[in-house]
Amino acid sequence: MAITLSGDQAVASPPLSARLTPAQVWGIVLLAPYFLVFLAFVVYPVCYGLWLARHPESYVALYNDPIFARAAVNTLIFLVIGINIKMLIALFLSGFFAQQRTWIKWLSVIFILPWAVPSIPTILSVRFMLNPEWGMVNHFIFSLTGDDGPNWLNDPTVALTMAIGVHIWKSLPFWTLILITGRLAISHDLFEAAEVDGASWWQKFRYITWPSMQTLYVTCTLLSMIWTLGDFNSVYLLTGGGPADLTHVLSTLGIRYLRLDQLSLAMASIVCAMPFVLPLVYFMMKRLSR
Amino acid sequence: MKLPTLREVATEAKLLLIGIPVFIWTMVPIYHMFLFAISPKEDAFSGKLWPDHPTLHNFSIVFNQQHYFLRDFYVQFWNSVVIAASVGALTLFIATAAAFSISRLRVPGGRVVMNLALFTYFIPAAFLAVPMYRTMGNYGLLNNHWSLILAMVTIASPYAIWVLKQASDKLPVELDEAAVMDGATTLQIFRLVYLPLMMPSLVAIGTYAVLLAWNEYLYAFLLLSNDREITLPVALGNFLAADDSPWELLMTTGFIYALPPAAIYYAFRRYMVGGLTAGAVKS
Repeated sequence: MAITLSGDQAVASPPLSARLTPAQVWGIVLLAPYFLVFLAFVVYPVCYGLWLARHPESYVALYNDPIFARAAVNTLIFLVIGINIKMLIALFLSGFFAQQRTWIKWLSVIFILPWAVPSIPTILSVRFMLNPEWGMVNHFIFSLTGDDGPNWLNDPTVALTMAIGVHIWKSLPFWTLILITGRLAISHDLFEAAEVDGASWWQKFRYITWPSMQTLYVTCTLLSMIWTLGDFNSVYLLTGGGPADLTHVLSTLGIRYLRLDQLSLAMASIVCAMPFVLPLVYFMMKRLSR
Repeated sequence: MKLPTLREVATEAKLLLIGIPVFIWTMVPIYHMFLFAISPKEDAFSGKLWPDHPTLHNFSIVFNQQHYFLRDFYVQFWNSVVIAASVGALTLFIATAAAFSISRLRVPGGRVVMNLALFTYFIPAAFLAVPMYRTMGNYGLLNNHWSLILAMVTIASPYAIWVLKQASDKLPVELDEAAVMDGATTLQIFRLVYLPLMMPSLVAIGTYAVLLAWNEYLYAFLLLSNDREITLPVALGNFLAADDSPWELLMTTGFIYALPPAAIYYAFRRYMVGGLTAGAVKS
């Protein structure tokens, strides 16, 4: 039976090697390493993860877990408020760094440092600066006012704000850099013509800069939102999710469940985020795969 | 010499009013780290802006591994180096081969693979961390450097392939055709025509992958746990386990750990800014 089957196939189509040119054979060989990595470390984990998250009870447990609800709200605050503030600052600073001055050129070299250095030591550095007893910030507040400063990381709202601040500190240079390249691509003649016509600073921005940058700006904002969903370090290393697990975001929550050996909950919490992530991913792919 | 007009002075003042806060905002956490590294413990905890007795003593403790948390410093540093270098090399190999195959050889199904790669690129890495951890357990690779290397290659490749594909699409087709006329084999085109022309992008991607692996914390801390297998960032995170963490040593080690990537970044900045932003902002 098996022999007849393979015989039939050989008649139906010539052997694979005969239908492909040598270049195409090489193409398949060269594509194979990535394809294997993709199968072994993307397809298999994703399927395995979905299989782990198959129990409806996990979602009920998540729904009843106040920490999950809090983490979802925190993530939303992080994305909607944090990212928009960051991108607005980046848009503003891109205009500043586009100025032709020697000292601004030097400042832009320094400005890129947060992005160039690893986040772990710098986040831990901020963590100590905010230490209520020995941190530099409270020493400074004491020397100015004679009062003790607040216990920064002990209040969930303040702690989450600080985590957003750390995130902005770390990734602002990257987005500013990208918006600068967008700004420099605008023809200088337009600004000169506007100058001659006596346009104000705001009019130049509104009618020249913004129209040519808005696509880039929206793309960057969406991309930053997707990536910030995976920002584990800013929250985990600064607050550890505390106080009382009130500052978790979805990425740190998954790891928390993993630590507590609640694997199906960890996967379920990630699956819950998918309805929000996938449309964004689809939109970005449409934009970038052209 | 022409005296500056009032308007020019006002513009300059406005720019300075933005520039100075930007400078302070950028430098404070880094300066704070440096300050701790050169301060004796008493000075570090006193909140001074410059220590009374600046010292390199902390560095000597780190380099001589004279503290409980630092007893494997060199092993961990070496682990970081090996893993970053391996991820850089493997990513370059996989991504260059894939980009050549998709863009130059127009392999059937190449576009599908490209889209799958892009899809992976957009899924936040932290979401893949939990299933990846279990997968590595199933493969029996936990606590083995290969688990981190393969995980980081998986994360770095999609973007690498995409940037390299964009760059190689810009190379004229006539080059390949001329080489084929001269009787070059596919491998010869790859080695003698393609690789030299792609050099700037390859440098950018290699740097990107090395820095990504060197800086990675989450995956390193999930996949490696043995003290002699972990990388430096995990060792830094472990400092926090103690109640009376030696923060001045933590900051010193962190400072040493931050130097190589900063140096690499500034050395290859020309390539990085050109290669990476060109990929990221295509709109």
